[in-house]
Amino acid sequence: MSEAEYTPTELLAAVAAGMLEDKRSVLVGTGLPIIAATLARRTHAPQLLIVFEAGGIGPQVPVLPISVGDSRTFYRAVAATSMHDVMSFLQNGYVDYGFLGGAAIDAYGNVNTTVFGDWKRPQVRLPGSGGANDAGSLCWRTIIIMRQDRERFLAKLPFVTTPGYLTGPGAREAAGLPPGTGPYRVITQLGVYGFDEESCRMKLLATHPGVTRDDVRASSSFELIIPDEVETTEPPSVQVRRILREIDPAGLVISK
Amino acid sequence: MDILTEGEGRLLGWHDPDEHRSWVRANKTRELKDKRMSVREAVERFVQDGDLIASGGFGHVRISMAFIYEIIRQRRRDLVVLAKTGVHDVDLLIGAGCVRQVEVAYAFGHELRGLSPAGRRAVESGQVEVVAEISNAAFQWRLLAGAMGIPFIPARVLLGTDTFKKSATKVARDPWSGKPVCLVPACHPDVAILHVHRCDPYGNAQIDGILVMDFELARAARRLLITAEEIVDEEVIRRQPDRTTIPFFLVDAVCEAPYGAHPGLMPYHYYFDEAHIREWLTLSKTEEGAKEYLDKYVFGVRDFEAYLERVGGVRKLNHLKRVEQLRAPLFQEDEA
Repeated sequence: MSEAEYTPTELLAAVAAGMLEDKRSVLVGTGLPIIAATLARRTHAPQLLIVFEAGGIGPQVPVLPISVGDSRTFYRAVAATSMHDVMSFLQNGYVDYGFLGGAAIDAYGNVNTTVFGDWKRPQVRLPGSGGANDAGSLCWRTIIIMRQDRERFLAKLPFVTTPGYLTGPGAREAAGLPPGTGPYRVITQLGVYGFDEESCRMKLLATHPGVTRDDVRASSSFELIIPDEVETTEPPSVQVRRILREIDPAGLVISK
Repeated sequence: MDILTEGEGRLLGWHDPDEHRSWVRANKTRELKDKRMSVREAVERFVQDGDLIASGGFGHVRISMAFIYEIIRQRRRDLVVLAKTGVHDVDLLIGAGCVRQVEVAYAFGHELRGLSPAGRRAVESGQVEVVAEISNAAFQWRLLAGAMGIPFIPARVLLGTDTFKKSATKVARDPWSGKPVCLVPACHPDVAILHVHRCDPYGNAQIDGILVMDFELARAARRLLITAEEIVDEEVIRRQPDRTTIPFFLVDAVCEAPYGAHPGLMPYHYYFDEAHIREWLTLSKTEEGAKEYLDKYVFGVRDFEAYLERVGGVRKLNHLKRVEQLRAPLFQEDEA
């Protein structure tokens, strides 16, 4: 394996893994989130606690699960409990990070995974919230991984499935959501974003190798905050890529 | 309590707690009696057209496919489905035309496998109507409230979103903290179908691994139908009563169905049959394809045992066991 051959998904997994601190807890879905969390455990964060919404707590996930309720999600776990139990942990503040996917996002980090078009008679019907609204409401920091283009980075969402900062500063608390929670990072194929502390709007933090600030700007329908100085993400090392192949031996996710 | 705002979604399965108590008193026996019957008889007796139905497990994990196929075979219509996490279970019921309405936490998708063609087509064409949105936590708390015999549970989810606006929940001011809180209404499905690892003839049932929301669902539902990998003697249950998830008086029918979750996963027993699920996802891209699948695997077989032969028999089932035990790759050589 040479450095130049890494896939876009390998890069995203490595970037997401790097955000997870040791001795913290993370709610994961299947796909990239569990790959990133497992990679973090096998590198810099051996005591990262993984929880799955269906009841798996602290598993040593052997290979990529197909489902969030898969037996791999409680393989060699410390507990196999229930959704009520895990969602109550979230509600009581035990879960530091939560991963989300998204079909569309706005400047405040609100996410749509429900419909495009009319709700009653949609053009495109998507699966709905699942546990995303719960993760976005209750985890201390949510990390959103999604594709970025002008149809997905929208000024106005057709449907807010999961709360980001809603309409801006103070809106989450006014709605009754726990203070100190909300979107933390957005990872796309172009770069990594955070949220401006004052305005709660999305802000570019880093671009991936070979991506320009103009690429980033041209791939959003809302205005991104783009500071003068942004970092460049680290490509995944050969060792990291070897671990990723062990986690997803069939290449279901990582080969894309 | 001060109601601040209300969702406009349809309220399904809510009963006044006293009305539900009376229903339980009149309809649920406490007699320790043998409830074993065939899957066919259980569906004939307890699943009616138009029922509000919920499937246990997690959409394609520990689901009762034996019941799902039989409901399709008996051509039940106009079912209203609680898609708490609806995956292969709900997809097949929709693809077979059994469903009229759904309340959705998660549906029309197959997790890592992508979106489900049959479910999407049904909603986008208007054949199936989404009547309410909700989240997984809120759905499970609807069932917990039902299980507890109380009218609602307060929760700190859905707040501020369109998921709330299209839900059947309300936001009120918490009389203690003064903060807005979401009130999640209780839900009592007309019928729940569950697959478990073992159950005695009376309905005392044990589940290995995660429970997902089956503890709550079993207690909230009015009629509870169980398929089990294995029917065991009452003595097996009484030796380890701490392992019992579902006590007998909640249960209306007990049916033996080894491999009853196929092509879903049964923890510790067998993994997903990815090749078979791929066949469904490929065929169900068209109405004709979905019909071809159902003719071959549901209407074209006598019962669940005949179905297991058709999907590959002992060789296939042994392979799925080895995959679950991490001793074989996902696909057999001739499937990849």
